Amino acid sequence: MVDAVTPRGPKPRRRFSRANVMLYGTLIVVALYYALPLYVMIVTSLKGMPEIRLGNIFSPPVEITFQPWVKAWAEACTGINCEGLSRGFWNSVQILIPSVILSIAIASVNGYALANWKFKGSEVFFTILIVGAFIPYQVMLYPLVIILRELGLYGNVWGLVLVHTVFGMPILTLLFRNYFTSVPEELFKAARVDGAGFWGIYFRIMLPMSLPIFVVAIILQVTGIWNDFLFGVIYTKPADYPMTVQLNNIVNSVQGIKEYNVNMAATLLTGLVPLIIYFASGKLFVRGIAAGAVKG
Amino acid sequence: MTSVLVKDLTLKFGALTVLDNLTIDIPEGEFLVLLGASGCGKSTLLNCIAGLLDPTDGEIHINDRNVTWEEPSGRGIGMVFQSYALYPQMTVAGNLSFGLKNARMPKAEIEKRVARAAEILQIEPLLDRKPAALSGGQRQRVAIGRALVRDVDVFLFDEPLSNLDAKLRADLRVEIKRLHHNLKNTMIYVTHDQVEAMTLADRIAIMKGGVIQQLDSPTEIYNRPVNKYVAGFIGSPEINFFEGTLDGQTFVTDGHEFPLAGYAFQGPVPTKGAAWLGIRPEHIVTGEAAASLPVTAEAEIDIVEPMGSDTLAWAKLAGQSVRIRMDGQAAVRTGDRITIGFDPARASLFDRASEDRL
Amino acid sequence: MSSSSKSRKPSGLFRNMSAKIASVPMVLTALVVFVGGTAWTVLYSFTSSKLLPKLNFVGLDQYERLWSTRRWIISIENLAVYGFFSMIFTLVIGFTLAAMLDRKIRGESIFRTIFLYPFALSFVVTGLAWQWILNPDLGIQNVVRQMGWESFTFNPLNDPDIVIYGILIAGLWQGTGLIMVIMLAGLRGIDEDIWKAARVDGIGTVKTYIRVIIPMMRPVFVTALVLIASGIIKIYDLVVAQTNGGPGIASEVPAKYVINYMFRAQNLAQGFAASTMMLLSVVIILIPWAYLEFGGKKRG
Repeated sequence: MVDAVTPRGPKPRRRFSRANVMLYGTLIVVALYYALPLYVMIVTSLKGMPEIRLGNIFSPPVEITFQPWVKAWAEACTGINCEGLSRGFWNSVQILIPSVILSIAIASVNGYALANWKFKGSEVFFTILIVGAFIPYQVMLYPLVIILRELGLYGNVWGLVLVHTVFGMPILTLLFRNYFTSVPEELFKAARVDGAGFWGIYFRIMLPMSLPIFVVAIILQVTGIWNDFLFGVIYTKPADYPMTVQLNNIVNSVQGIKEYNVNMAATLLTGLVPLIIYFASGKLFVRGIAAGAVKG
Repeated sequence: MTSVLVKDLTLKFGALTVLDNLTIDIPEGEFLVLLGASGCGKSTLLNCIAGLLDPTDGEIHINDRNVTWEEPSGRGIGMVFQSYALYPQMTVAGNLSFGLKNARMPKAEIEKRVARAAEILQIEPLLDRKPAALSGGQRQRVAIGRALVRDVDVFLFDEPLSNLDAKLRADLRVEIKRLHHNLKNTMIYVTHDQVEAMTLADRIAIMKGGVIQQLDSPTEIYNRPVNKYVAGFIGSPEINFFEGTLDGQTFVTDGHEFPLAGYAFQGPVPTKGAAWLGIRPEHIVTGEAAASLPVTAEAEIDIVEPMGSDTLAWAKLAGQSVRIRMDGQAAVRTGDRITIGFDPARASLFDRASEDRL
Repeated sequence: MSSSSKSRKPSGLFRNMSAKIASVPMVLTALVVFVGGTAWTVLYSFTSSKLLPKLNFVGLDQYERLWSTRRWIISIENLAVYGFFSMIFTLVIGFTLAAMLDRKIRGESIFRTIFLYPFALSFVVTGLAWQWILNPDLGIQNVVRQMGWESFTFNPLNDPDIVIYGILIAGLWQGTGLIMVIMLAGLRGIDEDIWKAARVDGIGTVKTYIRVIIPMMRPVFVTALVLIASGIIKIYDLVVAQTNGGPGIASEVPAKYVINYMFRAQNLAQGFAASTMMLLSVVIILIPWAYLEFGGKKRG
């Protein structure tokens, strides 16, 4: 009580302690670095070519133009073809929808069978499946060409759908198996006492209570399949090329003068679908990749 | 008449034997409790009866029908689970009627049965709710209702009260007893809680290592446990064991001699041998009343645990701690020297090697 | 003995029939594509198949040719450099960012969203974006020169010696967010009481991370490591989009080599041999890991 203040109540805290300034400072700098490419793509796609040649890639557009976006969508050329990215977009949609539905339908039933209806050997096949996820795709690419050719699906959209289903199976099966395993076993037993069978329990009990995991799987598959390049370039003909392949062909085409604004608009257009899903789904996206990764 | 017959049932998971050649005959209307520590095989046995696990060998008969290979839904059983296992996306009414719909029962009949079950369990106001909107006790009532609507002869309970708090558990226990009293169905009830077992059962089967140790009425199990394991498992606070030797009609332990006059031996009376003597804490008498008993001794109070209704005291006797259950009002303190005594007729003697009752 | 019964003895094959039918796609994928396909490729890597697969065995000829091809050697060197730095930087940056976000900061979800969004983008988009930013005439180099530093040189994509680092920058930008999220999940899984105990014991924050937290997060680091490693070996689209292997063949990678030989140069067996080498490298990485993770203890 001589000279100091009596300590009483909450301890005074310095808002701008050195540690805090360093923490937030570092985070902000790093965040700027991560955000920069997106920013550069956006401003470039909104500038005219003369402005790009003279200016600075970081400066905002002086005169905003949407011409590059229109051109990228409808007029950009890949070699001799000048239909823009729109064709690739629709190709991607045509590949995406059946692939997502088929891969999730099969993997969810697989995961359900593995979690609740184990049979002799089921774990062995599952182990092979998971180990298979680590095998570089390159080893299986050509055998799949042969399989698809035998099935008469090589070079068409359905062949690619099958490939996405096959390569999506390990991670999705794991996702669903882990989810269904976490459902209390007693629920499954109760349903069996109530006389429900394999499909009855799947459709009436499991499916209605696992909508969140289906959303996670859909997010995982939509971004994964939309972003695929390798399978698209190998298993489809140029007329059916997905958007990523077409984008690469447009931007890296050696003919003509480089129109960076159109290129960036095209790049953004291709990235738009996964970006929208990412920003809209937030936590579920994180949950999806974490669920997929942690056991991977 | 036999309701459930389990015959020579064996279940092995690989090299591990979970159930070992079990045979139980359960008469109609009996309330049988399967009691044991976790891992003793009691839930496994129940799951085998329900058809949720396939036995390695043996038969299961329900109502004189061999149902060993029958599907769970075709066995004429209803089952109540520990985690309630209510279907989360269905309403209470939906949960109750799911099994009946699967059996393609006419709609009118389903409604009649759901209404009846809801009335018995007093859950009528809850019929349109989802399980998430129910309390634990209400959920378990619905789970019981799900077994009730099936109108079956045999009810299986798999630790139904373990997820509830102490007070609710006591309430629902009474309700299950009342339900059995009214319905008079055969009920098989798995628990690790000896209070539930003692209060509910007509007969208790105490299991250990996949084998039934004793199958008897609660009083018989409490008073005349067949072996040391059963004696130690039943009763709380736990029974006191003295390690010693049998010398004629006397039990000798660490310098003390307990006369055994009045003890009812099983079969021939052994004269010599290593043995355990077990005496329950509530059968040890203190103070003046102790003096007139055949066995008396002096002991010093070590620790006192007052619990309101009664007081548990720990005393030193024959080189070990002895639990004594005293009246709740008993004024004892650590350090007190008291006289204790018991009647050997209420004790249990077990062979040291085989641990079987003598 | 037993009384009459309607139920039939369930024979082994037909038990769980629905489950078995439902598992047919999984069984086919596992056996035909994963096991069969891999075996097929390894087998044909010992042949002289050119345009079409043919079973005329030539022993290890394809492998000898592979290891005497400059393009393959460069691919392997690139993969080694990319892999080494990618591994280290991804782990360090991923963990540091996660640890900073775990300090109960304001705006955590905003920062997390920014760090992770590149992961939603494809490698093609990533490669093209960074190709533009690293453009020597109009990109970063140009901006710095405009600011007055005329001699500034930063042109990785056109310099054979450092082109792989240009790809590394893009790869790190795309992939670190994922590792950060995994590390963050790991940090969140650590008992709050550990921090309280460290505080009572007077151990500093950084020291607590290094001495207590990181050792506790061993499984998370292993997961991250396996994830990064399997991503590194697969690297293909990023290179195709950003440099297409250039300048010259300076930024070639094994996956690209395989696809070129299989689908462009029509020298199938050479592609098979290269892909078998990729498989071998995965096996060399994975087997010790699997041994450490699952060896000894039996899986349930």
